[in-house]
Amino acid sequence: MSEFRFKLYITGHTPRSDLAIYNLRQLCDTKLKGNYKLEIIDILENPEMAEHERILATPTLIKLSPAPYQRITGDLSNPDRLISGLDLDNYLHEF
Amino acid sequence: MLIEKLPTGIDGFEHISNGGLPKGRTTLLSGTAGSAKTVFASQFLASGIQQYQEPGLFVTFEELPDDIRRNMNGFGWDINAWEADNLWSFVDAAPRPMENEVIAGDYDLGGLLARIEYIVQKNKIKRVSLDSIGAILNRFHDTHIFRRELFRISMALKTMGVTALMTAERSNEYGEIARNGVEEFVADNVIILRNALENEKRRRTIEILKFRGTFHQKGEFPFTIDPKIGIIVIPISAIELAQHSSNTRISSGINEVDKMCGGGFFRDSVILVSGPTGNGKTLLATQFISGGVKNDEKCLLFAYEESREQLFRNAIGWGIDFEKYESEGRLKVICEYPEVTSLEDHLVRIKNSIAEFRPNRVAVDSLSALERVSTIRGFREFVISLTSFIKHYEIAGLFTATTPTLMGGTSVTESHISTITDSIILLRYVEMFGEMHRGLTVLKMRGSTHDKDIREFTIDNNGIHLGKTFNNIVGILSGNPQHIVSENEDRLGGMFNDPKIPPI
Repeated sequence: MSEFRFKLYITGHTPRSDLAIYNLRQLCDTKLKGNYKLEIIDILENPEMAEHERILATPTLIKLSPAPYQRITGDLSNPDRLISGLDLDNYLHEF
Repeated sequence: MLIEKLPTGIDGFEHISNGGLPKGRTTLLSGTAGSAKTVFASQFLASGIQQYQEPGLFVTFEELPDDIRRNMNGFGWDINAWEADNLWSFVDAAPRPMENEVIAGDYDLGGLLARIEYIVQKNKIKRVSLDSIGAILNRFHDTHIFRRELFRISMALKTMGVTALMTAERSNEYGEIARNGVEEFVADNVIILRNALENEKRRRTIEILKFRGTFHQKGEFPFTIDPKIGIIVIPISAIELAQHSSNTRISSGINEVDKMCGGGFFRDSVILVSGPTGNGKTLLATQFISGGVKNDEKCLLFAYEESREQLFRNAIGWGIDFEKYESEGRLKVICEYPEVTSLEDHLVRIKNSIAEFRPNRVAVDSLSALERVSTIRGFREFVISLTSFIKHYEIAGLFTATTPTLMGGTSVTESHISTITDSIILLRYVEMFGEMHRGLTVLKMRGSTHDKDIREFTIDNNGIHLGKTFNNIVGILSGNPQHIVSENEDRLGGMFNDPKIPPI
């Protein structure tokens, strides 16, 4: 089973950023059993990195692997959208 | 506190905005598709760089930076080179077709804002264009968040101290300011670009709807897009009637006409020559030009009815060698079909030619031909703008106008221009006993006395020759000449001498 790799773009540690981080970790810990890597990028500190990914809205979650590449915008408080957006449906059925 | 204005560098815009965009504020630029919003937004930055050395940032929400670089290259704006010098920067916020945005929960546009702030600080940006903000909503769909975030961006731009231009789409030329009904609330200032279809002709106008706390010219002003310069606003009502007036007389090129005008035209006056087709208007304009060249003046002739060859051949027939004049650099003849471009572009071409050639005299033959390519309103604005431009240069201008019927009558040209011109010369056909005669009269001669007769004139190898006055003929100007037999004449004259009729 391939490992999940995520990047999460936030702008400072606002309640919205923290909520997104919490929601994502919650999902990954329960559904992916911890088999993931998450990189959190604060745009306020690294604006060039936001330029490269052309980030508009924050928080934005990017799934780098497994393919396909996916972008999800928001504080991830909608778990159904998050699961379908990350294409986890098929994956979870394997268990 | 007075709100300062930032000169945009866009030709004519400073006139209608009383000095430019409100400095340090955000202005909304709204318009339908194809109303030149992106050109305006780009030109705002380009002229900032070219004329004021102010670095600019272009935030693009729709077109890819590469497309903008390529599209604007035509105007001579080398964005690539400017980017290398950190004078021009992009924040690329354009969507890519492959990317499918999934929304899961609340968000803000903090990422965008952080990117803008970073580049503004790094490159010392003074001007920011955001094009077009409605595209954000197309991607994220939530009007409530859109409104909140627009407000935040607009506040942040203010804090950064930059002068910003936000473009927005609108659906109708005359309707709500912007499509989403949100955009206008976040900007202190609103400008509307229009590209209205009127009688099958497109007419571009710009209107400043509001500038909070500062003044501007009101109403729509036509503008055109010059392929080399970009947007040129034509400020009509902003033109001042402040030109000097000189008492120097110049020759019309025809001695007898000079005499009728009380010694010639004034050096900085505008003369209208009106007459039906084939009556000698082009000849009068030709002699006007030749009179100038003979007096060592530089002359510029715009011909919209005849080709160069035709014009030159006819002039030779009257003993006037245009080719020689041109080779001596004392004459420039510009021949064009009115249909080649819009009236606004013609105006820009005429202005550029005058500014370049610096003539002492300008003749336009005929103004009525240009009427074909415009709406009535557009034509009126053209005439006013052209007249005031010529007056601004303090040179003599002679326009010809063709009357709609052979026997006279007034044309649109005349009714628009007659109050602006200093002199009016009427040419008319006069039918007498089964023969056509030509008549000329000076209807108006501002600032001077003039001959009020209607004189007959003939045309030969040397041009126009004035003859005697038409006696016993009435109704020439109304296009309905009638011969009065002497008996009637006596009776008419006698009526007013009759002491028995009490005064009314």
